Amino acid sequence: MTETLSNPVFRPIDPYVSAFERLFAAEQDRTPDWISKLRQNGFMHYQELGLPGPDHEEWRFTNISPLASRPTVPILVHTHPPLTMANLQPWLIPGLECNRLVFIDGHYSAQLSEIKSKAEGLKICSLARAMTIKTALVEPHLGRHAQATSQAFVALNTAFFQDGAFIWVPAGLALVEPVHLLFISTVPETGASIHPRNLILVQRDARLQVIETYAQLKEGENLTNTVTEIVAGPNARVEHCKYQCEGPQSYHLAAIQIHQEAHSETVSHSISLGGRLARNDIQSHFAGAGGNSLFNGLYLAGNDQLTDHHTVIDHAQPHCGSHEFYNGILHGRGRGVFNGKIFVRPGAQKTEAKQTNRNLVLSDEAVIDTKPQLEIFADDVKCTHGATVGQLDSEALFYLQSRGIGRDLARQMLMHAFAQEIIDRVGNEPLRDYLDARVQEQLAAIPLPVNS
Amino acid sequence: MDNGTDALNSFVQSEYKYGFVTDVEVDAVAPGLNEDVIRLISRKKQEPEFLLEWRLKAYRHWLTMKEPTWPNVKYPPINYQDIVYYSAPKKSGEGPKNLSEVDPKILETYNKLGIPLHEQERLAGVAVDAVFDSVSVATTFRGKLSELGIIFCSFSEAVQHHPDLIKKYLGSVVPYTDNFFTALNSAVFSDGSFCYIPKGVRCPMELSTYFRINAANTGQFERTLIVAEDGSTVSYLEGCTAPMRDNNQLHAAVVELLALDNANIKYSTVQNWYPGDAEGKGGIFNFVTKRGLAKGINSKISWTQVETGSAITWKYPSVVLLGENSIGEFYSVALTNHYQQADTGTKMIHVGRNTRSTIVSKGISAGRGQNSYRGLVRVQKSAVGARNFSQCDSLLLGDKCGAHTFPYIEVRNPTARVEHEASTSRIGEDQIFYCNQRGLPTQDAVNMIVNGYCKEVFKQLPMEFAVEAQKLLGVSLEGSVG
Repeated sequence: MTETLSNPVFRPIDPYVSAFERLFAAEQDRTPDWISKLRQNGFMHYQELGLPGPDHEEWRFTNISPLASRPTVPILVHTHPPLTMANLQPWLIPGLECNRLVFIDGHYSAQLSEIKSKAEGLKICSLARAMTIKTALVEPHLGRHAQATSQAFVALNTAFFQDGAFIWVPAGLALVEPVHLLFISTVPETGASIHPRNLILVQRDARLQVIETYAQLKEGENLTNTVTEIVAGPNARVEHCKYQCEGPQSYHLAAIQIHQEAHSETVSHSISLGGRLARNDIQSHFAGAGGNSLFNGLYLAGNDQLTDHHTVIDHAQPHCGSHEFYNGILHGRGRGVFNGKIFVRPGAQKTEAKQTNRNLVLSDEAVIDTKPQLEIFADDVKCTHGATVGQLDSEALFYLQSRGIGRDLARQMLMHAFAQEIIDRVGNEPLRDYLDARVQEQLAAIPLPVNS
Repeated sequence: MDNGTDALNSFVQSEYKYGFVTDVEVDAVAPGLNEDVIRLISRKKQEPEFLLEWRLKAYRHWLTMKEPTWPNVKYPPINYQDIVYYSAPKKSGEGPKNLSEVDPKILETYNKLGIPLHEQERLAGVAVDAVFDSVSVATTFRGKLSELGIIFCSFSEAVQHHPDLIKKYLGSVVPYTDNFFTALNSAVFSDGSFCYIPKGVRCPMELSTYFRINAANTGQFERTLIVAEDGSTVSYLEGCTAPMRDNNQLHAAVVELLALDNANIKYSTVQNWYPGDAEGKGGIFNFVTKRGLAKGINSKISWTQVETGSAITWKYPSVVLLGENSIGEFYSVALTNHYQQADTGTKMIHVGRNTRSTIVSKGISAGRGQNSYRGLVRVQKSAVGARNFSQCDSLLLGDKCGAHTFPYIEVRNPTARVEHEASTSRIGEDQIFYCNQRGLPTQDAVNMIVNGYCKEVFKQLPMEFAVEAQKLLGVSLEGSVG
């Protein structure tokens, strides 16, 4: 579990060092001590860890050398041209009554954001603001859950984050309207990097739905390195959906760290459609007994895309349940990587963990690497995992064709059904319909194999 | 009786002529490893020049390598300069004189397994002056085999008599550069088995190291090479079902299998080296590299292993499926009790078209045992129509043990169908209660359920072995139910 430190790393000549010095100098006077300390620690861990090389077990199949050889410069100053609601149209979810926080290049845009929910004690605002006025709420959690000590990109984010969302749902409040976080990259220059940071705290018996959308205004090579920390209090319920549809040249790295108290229930959806390289590290830690966790993911990769999901579910307490379902569709020269770890710690009896990874490989050039992994140190547990790799079922195709459905449409139907298994688990209807439509558009664009 | 005496004489002479016991004053070299030691080993074994060169190349390569740290096992560092790399087989004077000198615990185990008395003597390493039956058995089988053109002998003999075959096939499946332990083994291997099945021959009996008397006590660094020519079939058994009286700390063996067109190799192992005591002291480190190359079309290689011994097991019998329509199979039962650790599994590398592989792995952890399954299924671009099914189940007995799975699936061809299933569970209290109710004591109930759980693998073993493996599992599980 602590293998990371001994793994080989890249040590490029690092533009992050000078960027960090600049940031630190600029912030020195106006930043409270604890934030400076957090940043410094983050940067120190980043320097210790270095960027992971191809021999690093967690990065075996995901080669980030292009990123290491052309390191990106964090956007520290807010310079984007003003955007209007019309610019955001493609990423707004039709029919969804929600609170919306918009971040342009990692900086909060008050003008485009809208907070509808009014409830006592509820706080939805930008993290930068929360850090100054709600320090007592932020400080005990920010940087305490995501693992800067072992994940280089989390460390990098901790050093450079400028803004993100802060959500505090007070005890007992079931928030009806979801919160939609929209992260738009305007790609001001090639090689810029954005480090959004979100902190979501849901207190005892409260409920919350959050949607994170990551998109690019125009195609371009830049880096989004985002970290989201979620704390679900006792008996709380959090449904988190991350939808990533950045352009085909972007690098997208995301870490979601979920901390679950007793009897809490969390759902994490990850729909990954875009990016040249998209990596999602999703981890859930059971800190109390009786929790439940659902990880649900869909990834599509074609052209020269690589989509990577690394999940960890840490059953540190007894009587918890976790379910994981990840489906992938690989076409063109797409690469899919899945690595699902389930830890069952000593004493975590009556654990029930189930993990499934299914992959559709549609072209000769597509590649899939999957590694479901169980590490179990308790005996009274039920744990299963399964992984499959295959093509569209020729008998199912034949069945549809024999009923007068053309081959192309039949293929679309089967692919759609495969994707829908995942989409159907999204609880919110407008969101589900929106995601389904986006996925269908992508599936329709998949070139048909020549021989069909 | 005359025949018998001849057989005995010829055996004794053959030992003398080709054997290890050539030089009385230097039975063992001093601990440590350098090029001189390797030259000495090679000279003692009167090896041809090419083999010495090969050993030295392996040694030089070994020096550049680092001991792997990725297996999920923990052990104190091994000092490779503390190991004695060559010692001649134990002679009459060295072993216990008779069974009364053997550790009564081991004898008790033999009795439980129902092993005949003279076999017990052999297994315990009792100096056997003239165990008539065994000698004649060994030699008659040999005669019968050579009539068919099958070569089955110790590695040292093969080096003397069939240097061309050794030169051609040694290292062809597992090159010395493969990993740290293969490089070490290639440099210093003492002996092992060689088996060659000529074209179109179906080997009439199960070959086993057991029948080859001079294979006993071959030491820490064994090397096995089996070549099955076109259309031949062979089933090979390795190991024995009773604990070996062996105190060596490190075993780094290499097994190479090569199957040409339409050939079929079945390799079964029952490994029960000394696992250390209940406190985890002592025991064998079993670091083995086993690989089969299914080179020919329609060839088949099947590994079956029952691993109940060794303090630490680190082995991944693999199959490279090169030939079109070739088949690889891996059936495994691995048990860890007390402080045993096992990191074992398989690799199936699909290269040829329409290659198929099956993996069935059953892990059992008890006491404070840690059991890991680590497997790789790789479908390369050329492997059109490849098919794999993997199942790896873990059974946990007790709350101090651990079960881990690390399956890697790497697919580079869209026509591949790969399925992997794994589950972890324990024996239900209701199942035990049901057996108790019908008068079965808890330990017997556990044995019965565990045997049922392993049945899929046991049925792959030759019959006598399967029976012994079942009993062995029972013995190894003793004390696991509180």
